[in-house]
Amino acid sequence: MKRLKNRKANDFRTITLEVGVVPNADGSAKFGFGKTIAIAAVYGPRKVYPKWKQRSDRALLNCVYSMVPFSTTDRCRPGPSRRSTEIGKVITDALAPAIFLEEYPKSVIDVYIDVIQADSGTRTAALNAASMALADAGISMRGLVASIAAGKIGKEYALDLEGKEEDASACDIPVAYMPTNKKITLLQMDGDLPVKDVVNIINLNIKACEKIYEKQRQALKARWDK
Amino acid sequence: MASKKEEIENRKLILPGEEIISSIDYLPGRNCFREGNSIYSKKLGIIHVTNRVISVIPLSGAYIPKAGDMVIGEVSDIQSNGWIIDIKAGHDAYLPLSGVREFIDTNKTDLSRVYAVGDVIYAKINSASGDSIQLSMQDTRARKFVSGRLAKISSAKVPRLIGKEGSMIKLVKDRCKCRINVGQNGLIWFEGEDEEKAIKIFKMTEEEAQKDGLTDKISKI
Repeated sequence: MKRLKNRKANDFRTITLEVGVVPNADGSAKFGFGKTIAIAAVYGPRKVYPKWKQRSDRALLNCVYSMVPFSTTDRCRPGPSRRSTEIGKVITDALAPAIFLEEYPKSVIDVYIDVIQADSGTRTAALNAASMALADAGISMRGLVASIAAGKIGKEYALDLEGKEEDASACDIPVAYMPTNKKITLLQMDGDLPVKDVVNIINLNIKACEKIYEKQRQALKARWDK
Repeated sequence: MASKKEEIENRKLILPGEEIISSIDYLPGRNCFREGNSIYSKKLGIIHVTNRVISVIPLSGAYIPKAGDMVIGEVSDIQSNGWIIDIKAGHDAYLPLSGVREFIDTNKTDLSRVYAVGDVIYAKINSASGDSIQLSMQDTRARKFVSGRLAKISSAKVPRLIGKEGSMIKLVKDRCKCRINVGQNGLIWFEGEDEEKAIKIFKMTEEEAQKDGLTDKISKI
């Protein structure tokens, strides 16, 4: 089977990375998988409002995911939706293990992520951007988080599905992975697959995450190593 | 031991989660953590080794208050026995009456006659833990600014602006004929002849802090 643009099963789309794209923020980054582009900006650690939300033993991590209205071919309604709230929560949970939250009691770390162009794989692109932005913001971390999704088209596995491929695939498994301590922080699955396939796809994802991690490192170093 | 020390490259750029060294001969200092036998960095920064303690100097990020730091802050509110000071950190700082040099009788004096809302002060951080930051004016350097201008740079770039034992800030003071007070939180107070030149230098430090030859560039201005 041939994939679009002659990609092999374990090829991901062209990756674009940039650190420090939002000068006003404490840290920021842009991450793109092919046509999918996400921008993340980090503010904080700062005061928590409303005050009852604050925790005296650790910081809150608040990730807000949203897609800008022009990111899709049909205008996407601005503001929070069921989908964006869910992805925001999933990203928060995937990033929390990577941060030393206990170092910032009674504070909040705000991570605002906007997808400016969507072509499938937005949550993984958003996560990659957010993880780089957090490092850029000088937040204490156990390591960077890299993320990618893979699925199965027909009988073959395919990494990093783009929009048209995703419509044809039986399932889609996004994974977020911390290469520094070899831990998975996000695992989701859309669709239906036998156990064997799931394990294979997760392994495919992990290998790709390690490559993405390498690119994230290079981008961060390029920004600061002058 | 001596041979192992050379393995660590001082001033090398490091990212969070990256291993600095796998050895139990060293201790993790600021912004580092140990897991098993290895020491890892917590932050994006530069490795700094002193004797056997490894620490990482962060290159970016918001100001994290530390006891003993001199900071510049603006009075944002007055309470019954102290002032709330905005020091551009995550949390507001508090200057209690006990932190002021002279004795003030709250029954007789209006606190706003000492420091009014909007006044800018140069103060020392007495203690900082979590959201509680206590300031003190009981330091020879501490004072209230009555005139002059303020500038803001990233707090991570303050050490670069000050330089080794104040060599850089001395040069800036000489060049601009300005009196300058730098707060560790990134706020700078300055007053003097060539204030525009001072602003130019602060901007340059902000943009080119990690580059070599900044001192030469400034002395040429």
